[in-house]
Amino acid sequence: MISKDNILEVQDLKTYFYTSRGVVKAVDGVSFALKRGETLGLVGESGCGKSITCFSLIRLVPRPAGRIVGGRVLFEGEDLLTKSEKEMTRIRGRRITMILQDPMMSLNPLFTIGEQVAEPIRIHQKLGKLEVWEKVKEMLRLVHIPSPEVRMREYPHQMSGGMRQRISGAMTLSCQPDILIADEPTTALDVTIQAQFISLLKEIQQQAKLSMIVVTHDFGIVARICDRVAVMYAGKLVESAVTRELFNNPIHPYTIALLNSVPKMEVKVDRLYSIEGQPPELHALPPGCSFSPRCPDVKEVCLKDYPPQKEIKLGHYASCWLHG
Amino acid sequence: MQAAGCMVKGGCTVSENLLEARNLTKYFPVTKGLIFLKRIGAIRAVDGISFTIHRGETFGLVGESGCGKTTTSRLILLLEEPTSGTILFGEKDISQMSRSEFNHYRASVQAVFQDPYSSLNPRMKVGSIIAEPIVINDNLRLKEIRDRVASLLGVVGLRKDANELYPHEFSGGQRQRIAIARALAPAPSLIILDEPVSALDVSIRAQIMNLLRDIQMKMHTSFLLIAHDLAVVKHMSKRIGVMYLGKLVEVAESEELYSHPAHPYTQALLSAALPSHPDIARDVIILPGEVPSPLNPPAGCRFHPRCFRSAAICSQQVPPLKEIGPGHLVACSLYS
Repeated sequence: MISKDNILEVQDLKTYFYTSRGVVKAVDGVSFALKRGETLGLVGESGCGKSITCFSLIRLVPRPAGRIVGGRVLFEGEDLLTKSEKEMTRIRGRRITMILQDPMMSLNPLFTIGEQVAEPIRIHQKLGKLEVWEKVKEMLRLVHIPSPEVRMREYPHQMSGGMRQRISGAMTLSCQPDILIADEPTTALDVTIQAQFISLLKEIQQQAKLSMIVVTHDFGIVARICDRVAVMYAGKLVESAVTRELFNNPIHPYTIALLNSVPKMEVKVDRLYSIEGQPPELHALPPGCSFSPRCPDVKEVCLKDYPPQKEIKLGHYASCWLHG
Repeated sequence: MQAAGCMVKGGCTVSENLLEARNLTKYFPVTKGLIFLKRIGAIRAVDGISFTIHRGETFGLVGESGCGKTTTSRLILLLEEPTSGTILFGEKDISQMSRSEFNHYRASVQAVFQDPYSSLNPRMKVGSIIAEPIVINDNLRLKEIRDRVASLLGVVGLRKDANELYPHEFSGGQRQRIAIARALAPAPSLIILDEPVSALDVSIRAQIMNLLRDIQMKMHTSFLLIAHDLAVVKHMSKRIGVMYLGKLVEVAESEELYSHPAHPYTQALLSAALPSHPDIARDVIILPGEVPSPLNPPAGCRFHPRCFRSAAICSQQVPPLKEIGPGHLVACSLYS
């Protein structure tokens, strides 16, 4: 089952939140694999569980409400969910790192850029003080920060949004991680700055042979950087395929609707395709398929049982009663 | 029926142009000191821009954060006073308007903002939120107001009993519908849409964009759309203006702008937009550096330090907005 090409394999991951309003099944039986050097896109709307999936991978689920209740996260064949907290600290930030959406939130306003980029290097690598500073300078240069000697003495508020995001990139890349998780890395950035950052990510990935998981709600980002893509809805993976295959032959009605409801610069349409209703509340999911109340092709069986995941074509998986 | 009502009500002449901005400028002073405020400079948020919004059309304004598009909308909404320049509404200068004309202007220009969580008063019921502009602007009886609110709820696709509920009982998309109903309440001729869908989920965005389109078809309302998503702006707008650092650099019909962008900034912006399919391979023009500070904008053309086609003249002369084709205006020295 475990393949050599896969650096990460997630099997039947379940993360639940125990709240006063009931059990919220934020991640409910998610399985996927990440190949070495590959970029996987995790797409879905807010509240579909894509971010919690990523936090579960590095065991940073908000406690005490959230708990990983089942599944396995195999990183190079070893289950991360059974590791001790001490072992986890050695993996987190060093071998698996994360870039968050808002760079203002992930940088500490009270420390200089240099101190913050140096922190993971100091913790994970045995280097002398001067070597650390050299490394910081090198990292800042890698993410195209002009005059890094000056910039490393400055504070986050003195930087623009694009620069801050590049600095958080430098922080996460300084220990040469194997996997980079980017959670909506460009949502807070302007169009031209987003283009700068995406081309930087691609460049670094090719140099460092990184495997990446990119969490996004934007199929444009998927189209530009992802090799494969997985679509999430209400805590479950509904479809996954190679990017081009998913764009050309989407199978799940939710994927089809999402792809069609986005206006495109290349094609002019009078009315956009729209999905009626809104995503369900995760603590009160409908019986059967969670998408059934909004699905245009709903059948009787959809209201009763959740469809199993099937391989429709080679490497193209979907959970839908309409197929198979 | 409401569009016709507006034209009669305002007594405004029926012309192609609904609103015209001429040389609109807004500087925000930057001061130093605690008591004796000393002016040390000005942020040139909007620096002499001119454009027109036609009746019943959507005019889109695009540009990156800090380019002055929101300040422009605030000037039109009279939330800021312009440093100089004029706004003509139906050929009348709004600074010369009489009190009643001025009140009519305020009712005729409404807005829908980005975040439907902060733009609705959480202590008011939806019915009162929508009724408020009607109560202020029209002298109607309670029954008539109730009927208007009920019909507006129908227009935006909400249930009739929604008026008895509070905003927190609705989802983001439904709240945006409430905000649209409130904007429609005084039968405006212009609605400013400031990032109307960017805070919403992908599957909800299409619903709201379709709704806005239906409303425009039915009521002939003009929209000023401010958004950063280039595909959204193209989908919704008839004409589009591109702003950079307080200046309008290009104005054209939307098809023309996207197929033949003339200004290097527009070209870079469009090339940077994300593709809708992995097979679409655009040559992305990566602009060096960041947008300079509006406190001290570059001399000459404001885009020249980042421009990939800049020449010696660009740092000396401010290029005026010139027509290079029918309805296609560009401010760039390459075209003079």
